[in-house]
Amino acid sequence: MIPFDFEYYRPESVTEAVKTYEILATQDKKVLFYSGGTEFITFSRLNQLDAEAIIDLKGIPDCHQLELQGEHLVIGAAVSLNKITESQLFPLLGQTVRKVADHTSRNKITIGGNILSRFIYREGVLPLLLTEAKVKLAGSSGERVVPLKVVFDKQMNISPEQFLIHIQVPKAFLNLPFVSIKKTRMSKVGYPIVSIAALVKDKKIRAALSGVCEYPFRSPDIEAALNDTSLSKEEKIDKALGQLPEAIIDDLQASRDYREFLLKNTLLETIEALEATQT
Amino acid sequence: MITNGTGKTVVRLHVNGEASDVMICSADTLLQTLREQLGLTGAKRACENGDCGACTVLINGEPMHSCLCLTIETINQPITTIESLRDSAIQQKFIEKWAIQCGFCTPGFILNCQALLNKHPDADDETIEEWLQSNLCRCTGYQEIKEAVKSLLPKGSAS
Repeated sequence: MIPFDFEYYRPESVTEAVKTYEILATQDKKVLFYSGGTEFITFSRLNQLDAEAIIDLKGIPDCHQLELQGEHLVIGAAVSLNKITESQLFPLLGQTVRKVADHTSRNKITIGGNILSRFIYREGVLPLLLTEAKVKLAGSSGERVVPLKVVFDKQMNISPEQFLIHIQVPKAFLNLPFVSIKKTRMSKVGYPIVSIAALVKDKKIRAALSGVCEYPFRSPDIEAALNDTSLSKEEKIDKALGQLPEAIIDDLQASRDYREFLLKNTLLETIEALEATQT
Repeated sequence: MITNGTGKTVVRLHVNGEASDVMICSADTLLQTLREQLGLTGAKRACENGDCGACTVLINGEPMHSCLCLTIETINQPITTIESLRDSAIQQKFIEKWAIQCGFCTPGFILNCQALLNKHPDADDETIEEWLQSNLCRCTGYQEIKEAVKSLLPKGSAS
């Protein structure tokens, strides 16, 4: 049971959503945008999140697009994770989000909600970080398309009055050789101890990780190590481990040493699997 | 635009093929409304966190955790609860295969299995396993549940 009440708005266009926010903001109300809503409900129930009004983006057709448009695949913020997997339009993203939560939850969890999540994992962003994706944002100052890497640094950095309309992924990245591996503590459903999405572009490995540090990331230094042809596989991995952006997480899910052990194995699996696609 | 302020309001839901008026707040979950307003207690309250699947219902034919849906989100969408699957083939197979122990998780499992059969009438083992991971059975009767699903597939589908 959610212990507080709030106003609910389900606009039918981007313009209506922006205007609704502006009106509520003039009333000094705490407003949240949401698309799936699973996190809002679970955190609210625990009194870890509150709002006086929510704006549900599921009524906006632009947020439900999932189609090829020109040179891009367009994925609306309100598209469910299962729809992305079932579409098979971007297999790396489909396989990566297929490992988030459980099948029934993935009917409700959306790609927008996943990459804007309060949880540290945000695995849906991993393939997007590898692909020079762009995001279309809306807010009081209008709509704008920006490279994902401009607004995603550890997390999505957008202002409260902005929301994600859709993601654009260049077609050239959709069907490259890829690997998606997630390792959990015990069962198939669970938070990652290590999660990796990787692909080969122009004979170079690109890799993004979640579960290892306090945020998902893609590191040029790690990729340089993995692509250093003068090194053996084991040397590449040792060098890559020295390039992590911060200390490995040490928590109840897994100790730092165990995470490092799994990360080494996962990187080895990744290199070998991607090498196999190049022969 | 669908809007709702704070406080109680009457909305119309479409549950099991019937239109029903209910009085809700924006914060009410579908699970609360089904159980407390409509008396449809087949959807079970357990984790209320989307982890156990005991509250599963079908919305637009897709399995959903009703504890993770606001009632107001489901306006104009067909909702199916376990009460509408009385004497269905999947219910009968659960009985025949002894896919029930304490029974608490059974409604959620049956609805999920029904949606699986509707969407993937030729489901393979991997698909069945992926879908059934959404529901927990603490009596651990998973094998019998899988057998109940498989017995409704055309021969040779699951391997």
